[in-house]
Amino acid sequence: MGQGASSESNGGAAATAAATPEHRSTARSASLPLFDRLEWLRGYLLMSPTLLLISATLVAPLAALVLISFWMQSGFDLDPTPTLRNYRYLLEPGPPTYWLKIPFPFEHPVYPILLVKSILLSLAVTFAVILTAYPMAYFLAFRVRRHKLLWLILVTVPLWTSYLLRVFAWKIVLGYNGAINSGLLSLGLIEKPLEFLLYNPVAVIITLTHAWAAFAILPIYVSLEKIDRSLLEAATDLGDGPWHRFLRVTLPLSAPGTISAALLVFIPTVGDYVTPTLVGGSGGHMVGNAIQSLFGRQNDAPLGAALSIVMMLSVTLLVCLFMWLVGFASMRRRRR
Amino acid sequence: MRFRLILPLYALLFLIFLYGPVLLMPVFSFNDNMFTTFPLKAFTFKHYAGLAYNSGMINALHNSLRVGFSVSIASTIVGLLAAIALTRYSLPGRAPITGMIMLPLVVPSVILGVALLVILRQVLDVELTLWTVGVGHLLLCVPFSMLVLVSRLEGFDRSLEEASADLGENQWMTFWRITFPLVLPGIIASLLMSFTISFDEFVLAFFLSGTEPTLPVYLFSQLRFPQRLPSTMALGSLILFVSALVIVISEILRQRGFEAAKPLRTAS
Repeated sequence: MGQGASSESNGGAAATAAATPEHRSTARSASLPLFDRLEWLRGYLLMSPTLLLISATLVAPLAALVLISFWMQSGFDLDPTPTLRNYRYLLEPGPPTYWLKIPFPFEHPVYPILLVKSILLSLAVTFAVILTAYPMAYFLAFRVRRHKLLWLILVTVPLWTSYLLRVFAWKIVLGYNGAINSGLLSLGLIEKPLEFLLYNPVAVIITLTHAWAAFAILPIYVSLEKIDRSLLEAATDLGDGPWHRFLRVTLPLSAPGTISAALLVFIPTVGDYVTPTLVGGSGGHMVGNAIQSLFGRQNDAPLGAALSIVMMLSVTLLVCLFMWLVGFASMRRRRR
Repeated sequence: MRFRLILPLYALLFLIFLYGPVLLMPVFSFNDNMFTTFPLKAFTFKHYAGLAYNSGMINALHNSLRVGFSVSIASTIVGLLAAIALTRYSLPGRAPITGMIMLPLVVPSVILGVALLVILRQVLDVELTLWTVGVGHLLLCVPFSMLVLVSRLEGFDRSLEEASADLGENQWMTFWRITFPLVLPGIIASLLMSFTISFDEFVLAFFLSGTEPTLPVYLFSQLRFPQRLPSTMALGSLILFVSALVIVISEILRQRGFEAAKPLRTAS
C-alpha cells in the first residue's frame, strides 16, 4: 500500500516536472483523453486502500453472511450443501398465532413476531425522536442568535460518548433501586419501589429515544437553516399567522431533512442489541438479541444469518415503500 | 408571544433529558453507597481508588488504548487518501463509492458483527484477537475520517495548490508544503474522533474480541455483578469524561482550522 502511494507520487511528480505551466494548461483545456484517463486512474489509486478495506470488511462479510444462510448447522460444523431450510423455517406458513390480536400464519411464529415487534418498537422510537428533536432543531435554527456553535456542540457531544454507557444510565434511572424509585420513596410519594419502570418495551422506547434524539437534530437543523427567510416574510405579509406559516411553509420545506432523520433513526434501531439487552427484559427483546443468541448460545449460525437477511430485506422494503409513499404525497401536493 | 417563551423552555428541558440520566452516573460514583439511590450519602473517592488495583480493568484499558491508537492512525491515513481522491480528482462512480463507504453507519452493528464473525471464523478461520476488533472499528471510523477531511479539503482555496504547482513545486512537495499544513486541523480532528469511536464502541468489540476484552466489553461483563455497580459507575464516569474531553477538543480544533484558512483566502 505504501509502495503504491509512493510510486504514484513519483509518477505524478515526473509528469508535472516534464510539463511547463503553459503545457499543462493547454493539456487541460484540450482535455486530451490520455490525460483524463491518467487523472481518474490516479484518483482510483488514492481511493484503492479504502475500496480494498470496504471490500474486505463489508462486502465480503455480507456476501459470506448470505452464503451461509443457505447452509446448515450440523453439530459444531457447517454443512455447505445449499438448502433453503433456514428460510423455510422462518417463513413456513401454518396455523395463525395471535400476538396483539395480529394473526401470524406461520409454523414457527417466534421469529416473525419478534421481527414485527422490533419494527413496531423502532417506529415508535422514530416518532418519539422526531417529535422531541424537531422543536429543538427549530429552536437552534430560528431562535439561537449568539453562541450558536456552543449550542451545536452542547447537543452533539453526547452522541460521541459511549452508547453502552448512555443505555446503562437508564438502568440507573429506572431500576428497582434506581434514581426515580429512591427519589419518590424518600419524598414519601410511593410506599414501595415501582417495578414497571424497567425491563419492558416502554423502557426500550424511552432509552432508544434518548440515545437517538440528538442524532436526529442535525439533519432537521440543516434543512431548517437552508430555508430562505424571505419566504417566511412573504407568508407573513400575505396574512399567515405564525401557526399557518409554520404548517404551510416551514414544515414542508424542512420535510427532506426530517424524512432523512427518520430513516437514519429507524434503519439502525430495528437491529439494536444493547438497549433491549440492558433495559428490555424478556418482554422487551428484539430481533438483534435473537440474532446474537443464534450465533452464540444456540449455535445455529446459518439460521442466524437467514434471520439477519430477512430483517435487512424487511427494513429495506419498508424504507422503499415509505419513500414511494412520501414521493407520491409530495407529487400530489405539487399537482394541487 | 407565548410562543416565544415555550421554545427556550423546551430547549432547556431537552438538555436536561439529554444530559440528566448520563450525569447521574458520575453523581452516584462519588456516593458512599452500594446502590444508586437518593438521598445521597457521604462523598467518597473510594470507588475510583479501587479501580487502580483492578488488574482486569487495567488490562482492558490497555487493550482499548492499543486498538484506539492504531485504528485512529489507520483510519485517518485511509480517510485522507479517499478524501483527496474525492475532492481533487474527477472520479467516475463517485456516488456509489461514497454510498458504500457510508453504509456501515446505517447497517445495525449486530449485522456487521455477525457478518465479520462469519468471514473470520467460518471462511478464513482466523483467531479472534485485538486485530479483529481493530478491523471492525476501522470500518466504522473511515466514514467519519473521510467526511471530516473532505469538508476540510473543500474548505480552503484550491488556487493555493495551483500557485504552488505553477511556481514549480512537484505534487509531492505541494502536498507537504501547502495541502498538509492546511488540512492538519482536520487530520487531528479525524485522529481524535476515530479514537473516541473505537474507544467507546461495544457491539463489534463484543463479537470480535475473543479472550482479550476492550474496556466497554469489560464494563459490560461487570454489569452482571450488583456488588460491583459502584466501581462500574466510576469506570463509566471516567470513560464519559475522556470521550467528552477528546470530542470538545476535536470540535474546537476543527472550527479553529476553518478560521485559520480564511485570512489566506482573502490574501490570495
